[in-house]
Amino acid sequence: MSATMTSGTVPGPAKDERVSRSLGRRRNLSNIVIKTLCIIATVIGLALLASILFTLLYRGLGGLSLTVFTTSTLPPGSNGGLLNAIIGSLIQTVLGAAIGTPIGLMVGTYLAEYATGSVIGNAVRFVSDVLLSAPSILIGLFIYQLAVSPFGGFSGFAGCLALAVIVIPIVVRTTEDMLRLIPSTLREAVIGLGAPKWKMIVLVCYRAARQGIATGILLAVARIAGETAPLLFTSLGNLNWSLSLGKPMASLPVTIYQYAGSAFSDWVQLAWVGALLITFGVLAINIAARLLLRGAK
Amino acid sequence: MSATTASQGTGPNFSSVQGHGAATMNPSRLAIRNLDFFYGDHRALKAINLDLPERQVTGMIGPSGCGKSTLLRVLNRMYDLYPGQRATGQVMMDETNIIDAKVDVNSLRARIGMVFQKPTPFPMTVSENIAFGVKLHEKLSKSAMEERIEWSLTRAALWGEVKDRLHSSAMGLSGGQQQRLCIARTIAVRPEVILLDEPTSALDPISTLKIEELIDELKHDFTIAIVTHNMQQAARCADQVAFFYLGEMVECAPAVQIFTAPKQKRTQEYVTGRFG
Repeated sequence: MSATMTSGTVPGPAKDERVSRSLGRRRNLSNIVIKTLCIIATVIGLALLASILFTLLYRGLGGLSLTVFTTSTLPPGSNGGLLNAIIGSLIQTVLGAAIGTPIGLMVGTYLAEYATGSVIGNAVRFVSDVLLSAPSILIGLFIYQLAVSPFGGFSGFAGCLALAVIVIPIVVRTTEDMLRLIPSTLREAVIGLGAPKWKMIVLVCYRAARQGIATGILLAVARIAGETAPLLFTSLGNLNWSLSLGKPMASLPVTIYQYAGSAFSDWVQLAWVGALLITFGVLAINIAARLLLRGAK
Repeated sequence: MSATTASQGTGPNFSSVQGHGAATMNPSRLAIRNLDFFYGDHRALKAINLDLPERQVTGMIGPSGCGKSTLLRVLNRMYDLYPGQRATGQVMMDETNIIDAKVDVNSLRARIGMVFQKPTPFPMTVSENIAFGVKLHEKLSKSAMEERIEWSLTRAALWGEVKDRLHSSAMGLSGGQQQRLCIARTIAVRPEVILLDEPTSALDPISTLKIEELIDELKHDFTIAIVTHNMQQAARCADQVAFFYLGEMVECAPAVQIFTAPKQKRTQEYVTGRFG
């Protein structure tokens, strides 16, 4: 036994060509089956996406006109637009991102630079990841309890807060991931020059990871631009023109929600236009994020 | 003494060692006494005693994992970054034990600079790379800073190659240029000691030659320690060579002696390529 093991002859019966040929045929067959299944699944997925985009264009383009951008929502039949919803969405998205981004950046930095391997760090990371996948309606309810019912009314600011809560875990994750990609040799090189740690982070690590971090922020913006549920309990929606953060504020997703189910054909038409605007806005942000990331490589 | 042993011809050709001649050592700049180092419970350095002579080059050789890089990382307290790593013993610089917890590590690192195995340019322009370290420790006027940048790049034998691209990204330089930029960045802070951790292992032979020439030139002003896996490099660059094995310093002697007439059997076996 040990003699054959060392002498170079392979143990076991001699190789049977017919067996190895039939094994090969079976492998080829399963290869074809798997490949076909993958292609079919891809076609189904793409067809669904394409039909969504096609329906949006088909129903939305017809109602697209200058009035949409120049007039606020009006009662049915009076040729209203979406100006208040568009501006409301812009305000809440930008403010929400502006509130959530710095917090997310700091938490992500803490996780990547200060809390590696610590119990607290792992706990924070876990909670942040749970928040990342929490149903957004819960976040709406949470802000309702925190910033709507104590202050006696729905407000645009509460909407911003709800969106900020959604932004935070996204920015936390991308910031931490991007900072972790920086090789430890670069950190050591900065420290080796006698730099304190905060300078290493702010002046070198952020710079090295800036494109990745910016991409994360853009993706977070894209995400909140289309959020409806957290706004239902917070900024509520407003059919009139209002820029006040202390009052209910309109937004595209909530307006779509209100209009799409209505009995008036011009409102339904405007809902489609709104959906088209959001979709292409989000698409544009995603493309920008991709270009940014490509620039990083 | 060396003529007979060298002619045994067991190892590589170390004729260039002769260039360092007399092998008299200057007074010590860093005196390592009874130094132990621990990664958690693992004792990676065992009772090291070694002097780095002022304005000379100390080569550190030995197989992977022998502790030579660890020793280098003790000398500028790089291990402080990692919890669970600690050093005991003494590393005396002037009258201070630099591994004492009370030492201000940032100003220590300004006095003891380090260059790493892989080039580590910062993601900024060439001149910003140099200015970064200087600004940490000095306030210079714009013209004084420009002067310092030119001085350090000249000392690092890089000025001619980059003087027209000071304001473009350092990431665009070649590997060898990046490594010389890292050396320039280190000397721009005007340290007294420069630690080089396998500075040429990621570079091609031409770039390696340039770095070695540079080391020869820099030792007129700086005390240098270089970790290397390349024994010819140790022979070419170092005035004294220390051989490490399994966390111990087996032998430290003038380069000529280490490569031609080592006192220890393990040193002999390593430098002749018997193991490692």
